[in-house]
Amino acid sequence: MTGNEAVISVRDLVVSFGVATVLDRVTLDVFRGEILGFVGGSGAGKSVLMRTIIGLLPKRAGTIEVFGSDLASLDGRERRAVERRWGVLFQQGALFSSLTVRQNVQFPMREHLDLSPRFIDEIALAKLEMVGLDPAVAEKFPAELSGGMIKRVALARALALDPDIVFLDEPTSGLDPVGAAAFDELIRTLQRTLGLSVFMVTHDLDSLHAVCDRIAVLVDGRVIAAGPIEAMLASEHQWLKSYFRGKRGRQVYH
Amino acid sequence: MTAAAITGRVEGDRVALAATGAWTADAAVALESIVEETARHYQAARRIDIDLARLERLDTFGAWLIERLTRTLAARGSSARIVGLSDADRGLIEEVRLVNRAPARPRRRADNPALAMLDAIGRAVADIGGSLVLLAQLFGALTMAIAGTIARPARLRLTSTVHHLERVGWRAVPIILLSTFLIGAIIAQQGIFHFRTFGAEVFVVDMVGILVLREVGVLIVCVMVAGRSGSAYTAELGAMKMREEIDALRTMGLDPVEVLVLPRIVALVIAVPLLTFLGSMAALYGAGLVCWLYGGMTPEIFLERLRQAIWMPTFAVGMIKAPFMALTIGLVACVEGFNVEGSAASLGRKTTASVVKSIFLVIVLDGFFAMFFGAIGM
Repeated sequence: MTGNEAVISVRDLVVSFGVATVLDRVTLDVFRGEILGFVGGSGAGKSVLMRTIIGLLPKRAGTIEVFGSDLASLDGRERRAVERRWGVLFQQGALFSSLTVRQNVQFPMREHLDLSPRFIDEIALAKLEMVGLDPAVAEKFPAELSGGMIKRVALARALALDPDIVFLDEPTSGLDPVGAAAFDELIRTLQRTLGLSVFMVTHDLDSLHAVCDRIAVLVDGRVIAAGPIEAMLASEHQWLKSYFRGKRGRQVYH
Repeated sequence: MTAAAITGRVEGDRVALAATGAWTADAAVALESIVEETARHYQAARRIDIDLARLERLDTFGAWLIERLTRTLAARGSSARIVGLSDADRGLIEEVRLVNRAPARPRRRADNPALAMLDAIGRAVADIGGSLVLLAQLFGALTMAIAGTIARPARLRLTSTVHHLERVGWRAVPIILLSTFLIGAIIAQQGIFHFRTFGAEVFVVDMVGILVLREVGVLIVCVMVAGRSGSAYTAELGAMKMREEIDALRTMGLDPVEVLVLPRIVALVIAVPLLTFLGSMAALYGAGLVCWLYGGMTPEIFLERLRQAIWMPTFAVGMIKAPFMALTIGLVACVEGFNVEGSAASLGRKTTASVVKSIFLVIVLDGFFAMFFGAIGM
């Protein structure tokens, strides 16, 4: 499935807050149709990279190209066109608390497309079913949902406009192992059915093993390795060894 | 990319439909009517093949419309079949085949507007009773917390109380001084302007003195405090409620009323009388200044007149009311804060309710005090 065309290509990206440089000349590609797992220690700047790519944080230097166009060079309209082609799943879901689940999923459609109410309802329910939720959930408010359901609704909302790229920020954090495995499976299935490219920030070794085509590792503000899980396991780099072959890593792979 | 479309060809009792172009979200508006039109046009056909071989792109929107077309046709007795499906699109088509199978649940119909209005009025009236009960509950819990603190004074959270005292008291001083100063000045100016017609300017001092010390000082301060600190209390407690911080306190065996409410209300009960005193002085100062500069009454005459117009009870009436009003504001603010539900909109609603209710209750309380002081001749 993995093509050679890069949907996201980050070159020499530098991001700093005040004097602290969080990302130091990061270079990374995400190819069409792949699931890229992005790992690194807590506070290493994984989410910072994600937020910089989607434009929530300013960069100091470097280029970010999405679908072959440099984001910095786009005007407002072109930029919105790019933004319509990606969906973001935030770590806490970030569902709008005053809207029902159905309205949350419909929100991007209402804003960007001019569809009939019936069609919007059908599509929203279809998306909810595709992420494995019962249609009865549709009229609930986010405050009434469990953590796993919130993640699923947030995923449905991220997929609302049928994006080409989905950014997932720690999708399985806070889920029990069974729920996390089911969510991994869901991401894999949706990625295949919808032909998505997925950028997944994660800590979950199980997800890395189960769903990621490639893994990129961020240590000390730089991407020190990128490749399939086998390459990570074979690497002799100290950080990779302790991450993938430490106590918890062994439990997963051996 | 070519525009999304359907072409149809009739071959005997069979209809061959071919979907072409990009069936994606962007084309969905046009596609929906095309699909409706196609379904109507071929409703008599017995067998229908939908050929997807010439599709350029397909996403969930397009796939759902194709599924909807086959379902509509099937419901009218035709047998619809999808042919020419590429491997890339197969998963999506199969996925949407499974969804929206449950019978659509009817959306709740809007009620009769007259009934809805009556319904809203009824609920609002019932809510008044409910919120009085909640107020009484918190008052009871607060009394228990005070009793516990009196039994063991070390339990009072002194740091927290002082912190809130600084926020609601000390930091409010400038704005309270400024607004009461202006109110005093305005009352005096209006008084002089109208009393001058009767040559009774000197009575302005009586009016300002009594009005400010008995009523206006404490009311202005309470309105300011309700808007400034009551709203902050509600928002803080509400946000803590939303993030389960209050539940966390409870699970650690701590009483949220003792930890959160008591320091806040104690701070208010101390701060509001002090602010009332400062505010009344500022208002009298403003009035004196206007009498001097605008009314031509020297400060000596103003003070002499003031001494005759007011006596200790005039001052006491205002000061006695202040802690009770502070208690009202604090209780309402904390009750509303604890009643915030999960959503951001609810936080906004409760904060509004906190300010509106506390100002209203302060005015009602003021009315009761007026009757009471009238009855005892103060």
